[in-house]
Amino acid sequence: MLTLNNVEVIYNDFILVLKGLSMEVREGQIVALLGANGAGKTTTLKAISGLLKPENGEVTDGSIEFAGERIDKKEAAEIVRMGIFQVMEGRRVFEHLTVEENLLAGAYTRPDRQRIREDIEHVYHYFPRLKERRRAKAGYLSGGEQQMLAIGRALMARPRLMLLDEPSLGLAPLLVQEIFGIIQRINREEGTTILLVEQNANLALSIADYGYIMENGRIVLEGDTATLRDNEDVKEFYLGLTEVGKRKSYRDVKHYKRRKRWLS
Amino acid sequence: MEKLVQLTVSGLTNGAIYALVALGFVLIYKSSDVLNFAQGELLLFGAYLTFFFVAQQGLIWPLGVLLTLVVAVFIGVLIERFVLRPLIGEPIISMIMVTIGLSSLLKAIVNAIWGPVPREFPPFIPSHEVYLGTAVVGMDRLLAIVIALILLGLFSLFFRYSREGIAMRAIADDQQAALSMGISVRRVFAVSWSIAAATAAVGGVMVANIVGVSGDVSGVGLRVFPVVILGGLDSIPGAILGGAIIGLLEAYTGGYIGQGLSQVIPFIVLVLILMVRPYGLFGQEIIERV
Repeated sequence: MLTLNNVEVIYNDFILVLKGLSMEVREGQIVALLGANGAGKTTTLKAISGLLKPENGEVTDGSIEFAGERIDKKEAAEIVRMGIFQVMEGRRVFEHLTVEENLLAGAYTRPDRQRIREDIEHVYHYFPRLKERRRAKAGYLSGGEQQMLAIGRALMARPRLMLLDEPSLGLAPLLVQEIFGIIQRINREEGTTILLVEQNANLALSIADYGYIMENGRIVLEGDTATLRDNEDVKEFYLGLTEVGKRKSYRDVKHYKRRKRWLS
Repeated sequence: MEKLVQLTVSGLTNGAIYALVALGFVLIYKSSDVLNFAQGELLLFGAYLTFFFVAQQGLIWPLGVLLTLVVAVFIGVLIERFVLRPLIGEPIISMIMVTIGLSSLLKAIVNAIWGPVPREFPPFIPSHEVYLGTAVVGMDRLLAIVIALILLGLFSLFFRYSREGIAMRAIADDQQAALSMGISVRRVFAVSWSIAAATAAVGGVMVANIVGVSGDVSGVGLRVFPVVILGGLDSIPGAILGGAIIGLLEAYTGGYIGQGLSQVIPFIVLVLILMVRPYGLFGQEIIERV
């Protein structure tokens, strides 16, 4: 459904952030994109959704194809119309708009205006807490509620592919569980394909079908989630487990340092 | 008593015009966080355009006013396309500075075409006298109030319920997030500048009808600052109430204390408001979650 082929992204004409990244997202799947800070995960998402331009970024090489059509030169608005919707990192709700107005803003590109009422109810069905606060200004919601609103707002556009950038950021563990449960439900019930960027590898791999691991602007490892979970390097560097399978203690760190195999 | 009514009505008329001009101002601020220092010159342009179509070309006035609006919208689009679009993504202060340049430019264009000599505005707005109790009021003044109120009401509805209105507020809140919903920043800027230019043109016609067609018309642009600061830069109800308050204050001080002081009072209020409630009566407070 979505194919990135040797994509190169350059910021401000000379900072190379993505260095020939290739990946594929198949229809109906949840795909996790994992990696450390600064690996280029967010840049990848922005390259897909067309949000690079306002930040002086540009796809300089390679191609991005969605449903058989090249999208790497298209405007953000057009890409949204084609069915890709990015939920940006840090929630980014419209603080001075009410919950309901936020949802309406999410439906901006929808041509079938009369069905929007229905869809708002549909979002409330996933997030009953938003319904209780429908007239509240989004800025006064709690962090969890804002994340729910950000995802609900994306649902309003009825996207075929949803890009989620760190939905767990700054939320309590219990809330993270809840939100990930809902992401999984959206994938199953709506048939929305999801590309999920996460720091929390364990959590992401628990709901994903397939995963990519990114480092320094490239994909260094990929595989279905079971394979990734079994990979010694992933265990060590992303899941925080030692080879024996028990949780690692800081005491051991000094004595033992594993080399990442994919570097050699 | 008679004097009070008289002053109240003239204060409210000015207030209504202020509110209308403030509306264009608020619109631009709401959608792009830009303070438009060229608002007064848009007024001037509107006044001269109507003068051109009705007095110089001899068109019937409804057609003349309609053409004025069309040209005003066109000017709004042009300003967005050639002045502001290249600055999207630049610091807000650059955009604000460019509006100052724009105000000089517009003033110069008007001067170049029509010259500096004041002209008489074609008297198509009925101005016969109407008796309110014992006070005598010009019909044109009452009309100004009515037109301003209708337009202001329409805009409040537009912002609250329409798709474009919500998109405008969304852009004001978080431009990039709005972009990620497929809202086109350019289109919203173009719409807000066009509407601002059109409302300014209507305001310009009303002002010119009272003071005549001259450079003085743009002075109203300056008086709008106290209005929007008082009401809150991003609030339409604030623009209405702020307009009424400033208009009345001017009229009462002018009538009871002295004409000179009435020019100063709005700015004294401006300073006071900035000290006590910097975001105005209805302005958005900055929401901070802790």
